[in-house]
Amino acid sequence: MMQLVRSAYVIARRDFAATVLSKAFIFFLLGPLFPLLLGGLFGTIGARVATQTERPTVAVVGTQSDFTRYSNARNQLAEAMGEQQVVRLIYVTQDPADRGHPERVLTSSSVSARAVLYGSLDEPHVVGNLSPNDPVASQLRLIVKTAREPESRAAPLSMTRAEAAPPGLSQDRALTGQLGQMILFFLTILLSGMLLSQLIEEKSNKIIEVIAAAVPIDALFVGKLFAMLAASVLGIVVWVGSGALLVQLVKQGGVSALPPPAVGWPAFLTFGVTYFAMNYLLLGAVFLTIGAQATTVREVQTLSMPVTFAQVLIFGFASTSIGSPNSPEALAAAVFPLSSPMVMLARAAEVPGLWTHVAALAWQLLWVVLILRMGARLFRTTVLKSGPRPRWWKRKPVT
Amino acid sequence: MLRQAQHERVHEGFAVEAVDLVKEFGETRAVDGVSLAVPSGSIFGLLGPNGAGKTTTLRILLGIIDPSSGTRRVLGHERPLEAAREVGYLPEERGLYPSMHARDAIAFVGALRGLPLREGRRRADELLEEHGLGEWARRPIRNLSKGMAQTVQLLGTIIHGPRLIVLDEPFSGLDAINQARLEELIRRQAREGATIIFSTHVIAHAERLCERIAIIAQGRVAFEGSVDEARGRLRPIVRLRTRSQDGSWRSAIPAAARLHNGEWVFELPEGGPEPLLKALIDGEAGIETLAIERPGLHDAFVAIAGDAAAEAMGHQEPSE
Repeated sequence: MMQLVRSAYVIARRDFAATVLSKAFIFFLLGPLFPLLLGGLFGTIGARVATQTERPTVAVVGTQSDFTRYSNARNQLAEAMGEQQVVRLIYVTQDPADRGHPERVLTSSSVSARAVLYGSLDEPHVVGNLSPNDPVASQLRLIVKTAREPESRAAPLSMTRAEAAPPGLSQDRALTGQLGQMILFFLTILLSGMLLSQLIEEKSNKIIEVIAAAVPIDALFVGKLFAMLAASVLGIVVWVGSGALLVQLVKQGGVSALPPPAVGWPAFLTFGVTYFAMNYLLLGAVFLTIGAQATTVREVQTLSMPVTFAQVLIFGFASTSIGSPNSPEALAAAVFPLSSPMVMLARAAEVPGLWTHVAALAWQLLWVVLILRMGARLFRTTVLKSGPRPRWWKRKPVT
Repeated sequence: MLRQAQHERVHEGFAVEAVDLVKEFGETRAVDGVSLAVPSGSIFGLLGPNGAGKTTTLRILLGIIDPSSGTRRVLGHERPLEAAREVGYLPEERGLYPSMHARDAIAFVGALRGLPLREGRRRADELLEEHGLGEWARRPIRNLSKGMAQTVQLLGTIIHGPRLIVLDEPFSGLDAINQARLEELIRRQAREGATIIFSTHVIAHAERLCERIAIIAQGRVAFEGSVDEARGRLRPIVRLRTRSQDGSWRSAIPAAARLHNGEWVFELPEGGPEPLLKALIDGEAGIETLAIERPGLHDAFVAIAGDAAAEAMGHQEPSE
């Protein structure tokens, strides 16, 4: 056992160094930045367009005192609904002799108003590209109504602060579980696919003979798997750290504003890391086994697509547990080793209690060992041509 | 204590023993009942034509593959990987990580065999310096010539001071100078107490280096013994040139003798040189030149491997 661990460590150390100290690893770390940059760029453009199109301007033609009251009323509405949701008001000086003034304001390119509100506060009138049911018209009605009321008539609302059951907590937790499951899936699909080609280097460089003569094949598999896991965790630490920092900077309240999981944030984050490792080890062990059978890079590329689809299927199976963690299909997905980590992470978000996770982790670890042993044995039998072939591959003698 | 006892037991006897090894790949029987005993501290040559089963035999002995049947014992261990720390192996198909520096590649192979990485790097620097590759120590393998890369891999094979060194076709791809260096390296390792097994189909290396050899043909051991014993399988060759063309002396020359450019060439008859000489002198053959040559290992190899192939063909015929 100690020899296996030591040998696996030698393999893992070389693979980890070869991966992390290569120039390609910098691009690997920067990988998630590209979609973020693109998203940010298009988001900014979209937001600018949305700001310009979704926040109409209404010109107020009237006295300065009327405009002040309209403006105060509008600000009260904005306080309740949000600044971006309420029409913008601009003041245009009234010329009593000019009866066609409002229409000219409407067509003036310097004002760029969607509607013009004119007349006195008692008899206001709106002209513009509006129907009676238009939200802008509704907002203008509210603004006019509020502007007409004297301030003293606004009834004060007395308030007492008290804790109440948060509405839709189970839905929020399901959302947290779903988010955790999706992150787990995407990280695994991005990272564990690399394991398909892990043994190609040794096979194409013929160094496999030197390794196979010195250490058990199991050690080679374990070493490679853990080296890539370590490299992936390094990448994730960088990405998650950057992501959390971004959320903290951008979102009000930071990461603590996200819906709280059932087991609490510290335990959930610990499970997130642990289940990622398990998910990676389980799927990685399968991919390493499949990839080890390939003899060329072309074969590995051909295998990539079915393997990705298989992962999507497993994710689909795992996602049946969201919202109903104790349903028969959710329990089946929790027992099936390849979907178990994703299901259990979602469960951690929705259901309190830790012992089920201890049992699940032990179950998953058992399967990692089983798959690795099976993979190493298959590699020895089919690639190194050692020992008798498995019975189901034996051809019947021609009689 | 146990390790010491085992060490002594192995040194008293054989470093490697194999009994009736068989390896089948589907319908093909690559190794067909190979039995070997390699004395500890010796240089042992595994000779055979291409495809004879040498590499497969070595891979079985090293534990890379398991035999279909038969047993092997390496440095006292029935499971060869248990002795991996005391074994060095240079495979026929050379392999190194191209991006690794030369010293790291050597240290990595040492680390696989249990040598701490730091110590491995220190020894690698020494060995590279000793073999004239000191300035290449910190350069990637991909920048080295083929010969240099082979030397690096060979140094990786011995970095951890193994007691058993297995070299599969170590001379292939090397120029004459590097072949001579490798021969010297093998001799030095043997002087330091290591057991060396190497396979080759170039007989000259085995003739110069080996104390014992095994000739493998058609997956079987056709011969195992010393180089002299192999040569002894063939009768000495007589080359005779006479003034007389005919006479009673002709009866002393075997019927299978060939006359080539006026020179008779034939195997020395059973009775040895005296009866032949007597017959030539009494028959007034007029001896111009007479040479009795001891056959080389090459001749013995060709004869033994050829006989084995013929025998194997004979075995196959009834079933066809």
